[in-house]
Amino acid sequence: MKDLFFELADYAFGQLHGSEVLLANFSGEQSDFIRFNHARVRQPMTVRQAHLSLQLIDGRRHEDTTLSISGNAEDDRAAIRVAIEAMRDDLPALPEDPYLLYSQAADASHTDRRGRLPAPEEAIDTLAREGAGLDMVGILASGPVSRGFASSQGARHWHAVESFLLDWSVYAGGDKAVKASHAGQQWDRDEVARRIDATRAQLPLLSRAPRTIEPGAYRAYVCPAAIDELLWMLNWGGVSAKAQRTQQSTIQDLVEGRAAMSAQISLREHFAGGLAPAFDEAGFTRPATVELVDAGRHAGSLVSPRTAQEYGIETNGASEDESMQSMELAPGTLARADALRALDTGVYVGNFHYLNWSDRSAARVTGLTRFATYWVENGRIVAPLTVMRFDDSLYRMLGSELESLDDQADWILNSGTYGGRSVETSRVPGALLKELRLTL
Amino acid sequence: MPFEIETIAQRFRRIAPAGLDHAALRVVEEHSHMARVRQDVAEPGERSLDRGAMVTVLAGDGIGYAATSDLTDYGLRAALERAALWARLSRGRSVFEAAPALPNASGRYSTATAKPLVLSAADRLDLLMRESKACRIDERIVDWEASLWTVRSRQMTAGIDGSETLQEYDFTIPALHVVAHADGLTQTRSWGGRYNGYCQQGGLEVIERSGFVGCGRTTAEDALQLLAAPNCPSGRFDLLLMPDQMMLQIHESIGHPLELDRILGDERNYAGTSFVTLDMFGSYQYGSQLLNVSYDPTRSEQFASFAFDDEGSRASRELLIRDGVLLRPLGGAISQQRAARARSELPAVATARSCSWNRPPIDRMSNLNVEPGTSKLAEMIASIDDGILMKTNASWSIDDSRNKFQFGCEWGQRIRSGQLAEVVRNPNYRGVSATFWRSLAMVGDASTVEVMGTPYCGKGEPNQAIRVGHASPACRFDGVDVFGAER
Repeated sequence: MKDLFFELADYAFGQLHGSEVLLANFSGEQSDFIRFNHARVRQPMTVRQAHLSLQLIDGRRHEDTTLSISGNAEDDRAAIRVAIEAMRDDLPALPEDPYLLYSQAADASHTDRRGRLPAPEEAIDTLAREGAGLDMVGILASGPVSRGFASSQGARHWHAVESFLLDWSVYAGGDKAVKASHAGQQWDRDEVARRIDATRAQLPLLSRAPRTIEPGAYRAYVCPAAIDELLWMLNWGGVSAKAQRTQQSTIQDLVEGRAAMSAQISLREHFAGGLAPAFDEAGFTRPATVELVDAGRHAGSLVSPRTAQEYGIETNGASEDESMQSMELAPGTLARADALRALDTGVYVGNFHYLNWSDRSAARVTGLTRFATYWVENGRIVAPLTVMRFDDSLYRMLGSELESLDDQADWILNSGTYGGRSVETSRVPGALLKELRLTL
Repeated sequence: MPFEIETIAQRFRRIAPAGLDHAALRVVEEHSHMARVRQDVAEPGERSLDRGAMVTVLAGDGIGYAATSDLTDYGLRAALERAALWARLSRGRSVFEAAPALPNASGRYSTATAKPLVLSAADRLDLLMRESKACRIDERIVDWEASLWTVRSRQMTAGIDGSETLQEYDFTIPALHVVAHADGLTQTRSWGGRYNGYCQQGGLEVIERSGFVGCGRTTAEDALQLLAAPNCPSGRFDLLLMPDQMMLQIHESIGHPLELDRILGDERNYAGTSFVTLDMFGSYQYGSQLLNVSYDPTRSEQFASFAFDDEGSRASRELLIRDGVLLRPLGGAISQQRAARARSELPAVATARSCSWNRPPIDRMSNLNVEPGTSKLAEMIASIDDGILMKTNASWSIDDSRNKFQFGCEWGQRIRSGQLAEVVRNPNYRGVSATFWRSLAMVGDASTVEVMGTPYCGKGEPNQAIRVGHASPACRFDGVDVFGAER
């Protein structure tokens, strides 16, 4: 898709008049998805899609148009011409934008990370064979995902990654299940089989009679997948500089020094460790890391070019919504193998589900336990736990009630596919909490 | 290549190889325009043109899909070949125990737009700028934004069996929100909900009837009231939910649990399952006898009205819950056939839909409404001795079986001795779906109904965010667990 993008971008630049500037962003993928239920195929498909976003700028006036790209040069060029002409017609009547900021550098970058991905035959064979006898449900996604940026001022950036993600659950009965995901760039059928076997091994525990507990405060070990869910909440107006400048951040107290997290908490955006491109939609190159929380204290924010211009601060390559794309929480000292023993008696949380802010000013989050969540006594799993709602603040869960973090962090590829496959990743440890508040 | 209605179906049928059990084409073309003004400054205007096609092929019990934005003969042929490959590979290994039968309806639908929205980009900004400037009433108003999002969508389906539908939609979505801050406290108040709750089919008339003009100042005044209001008390109260919270309550604790694909287990790895099981239909007491819930794709102004779902079934209005008793699930033709093998015939509704050309249809809510009752709003307020009125959703969370929920609103108001009393901030409540609807004690009449919805109902693997409509009257629930925030 790289040639397609740059050929269309060059064609678009050729349509410019006078002082006009054009920024072109590209997003494309060719994905195979196999959706399965009861280890049988529900919806297998291929999605070939590409979108080109054009931003026409003249002075401080500008407008954006996004087009789906067919790959047929004649059709695509015609659509580009129509789009540029429509924007050109609009511009004189639009007000000047005081917050417009884009890179004027004629720089370039190129990333092309090839992988070995399963053909449709192998993918379906693997799922059918390894899932045989299991109530297995989920999705396998694989294929290349690409992003590009070019400007009429000479910038040319390209980022393409081939990857797969198998995201699945194995049910023991009712709502009792274990969930896992396996992502990478090198498909290895034996490794997939081993991972599915590992989920199969938890079924005897999940088949035990479930334990129901009363609402209250409990010791808890929270697995990396659940910590991951919790931390992504900070993308919802938490680490955004704009949210912080307008007093809307859910961690405003942390930002303004009225609250702190545990000294064990160090959170950063680490592009070098993820799959997201190293450039943003305005053409700025992203730094390798942006420190957000350092030893429990606010250390930085994600600043988009627009926010930078509005508030007179430096951009750090954040996307328009100022959300993390390659999140990392530093590990701690608790040996993962000792987690149950350290928990002693309490709740082992496999995953959290359906999180939302219950009190934004207090950074309080509510959600449910889900998947492989157990009641533990004396360091041994006793029974799966009936679904419980928690409602607790980040300042407690990642602050006063945080006993320790795992000494290792799991790398997780976001399974989100709204619009297209996500390139967001995270690296997070599990956490042992002295207390987690369960409310229903 | 432009989406040429007259020729694309013919080209598809000509290209489709002989011998396929079934093949169908679904083409979607959407023009959208988003204009926004934040703090009296125009944000970048965004236009988009998204166009592509999904090809479906059946081979015995195998099914395959392929999506492409290349609508040339070459592109369609490649998609057909890929979909046929998937159908062949899944044959004998699919969830279907027999070949699924897809409907073959033909016909047309178009939004009954009274006043086509032909505002220029500058005119849109003028409209938004007026409301934005009206928000600037106090220095404690620290952020605000007004937006207008319009979509013109055309969708065509064509089967090799000759079936053919064309559906054309106009969607209009105005929105505004205001943030007030003082003394360490921040409150957000929105017009129509923070996430585009005021969304309907139609053109300029949607803006006219919505009350958007003039909403800037009143919303800002509301935000300041919230800033000065006491925190919502905790305890058990009678609860009066207004339509812009009822829509969320319906969506999460009736709509999702009734989706047949959830009941059949398809969503268990992502969106979740359901506390509802197939044996409940026809007998389960979902709510009090005042509860009547309809699936209504025929209400012309509502967001998810249509004539055919994306599997090709003709859509008609049906009651899903009558006098509190559960009757039908939300499930399209394929899900109905799967459910019928698990139990005897199960009447459902035509509501298998896809969010765009790049996703296959799954069971969705479409328009899911609570039918009006007989109570005037004043009577409902007067009936409450000690309670709370809540409106406009701010927070939502529910478990994977759609049972234990916790919802928060932007605006609360105490009701004492049958009278509206002081405003309270940060109102929240929690409950369990299986019992909550049985506490429904009064249902507002038609004068209390509002027609709303969401452009962002998410589920499915791969994920799909789709348009859903909800119309509801105000409703009173007895003895609900209510609570506020820490400050």
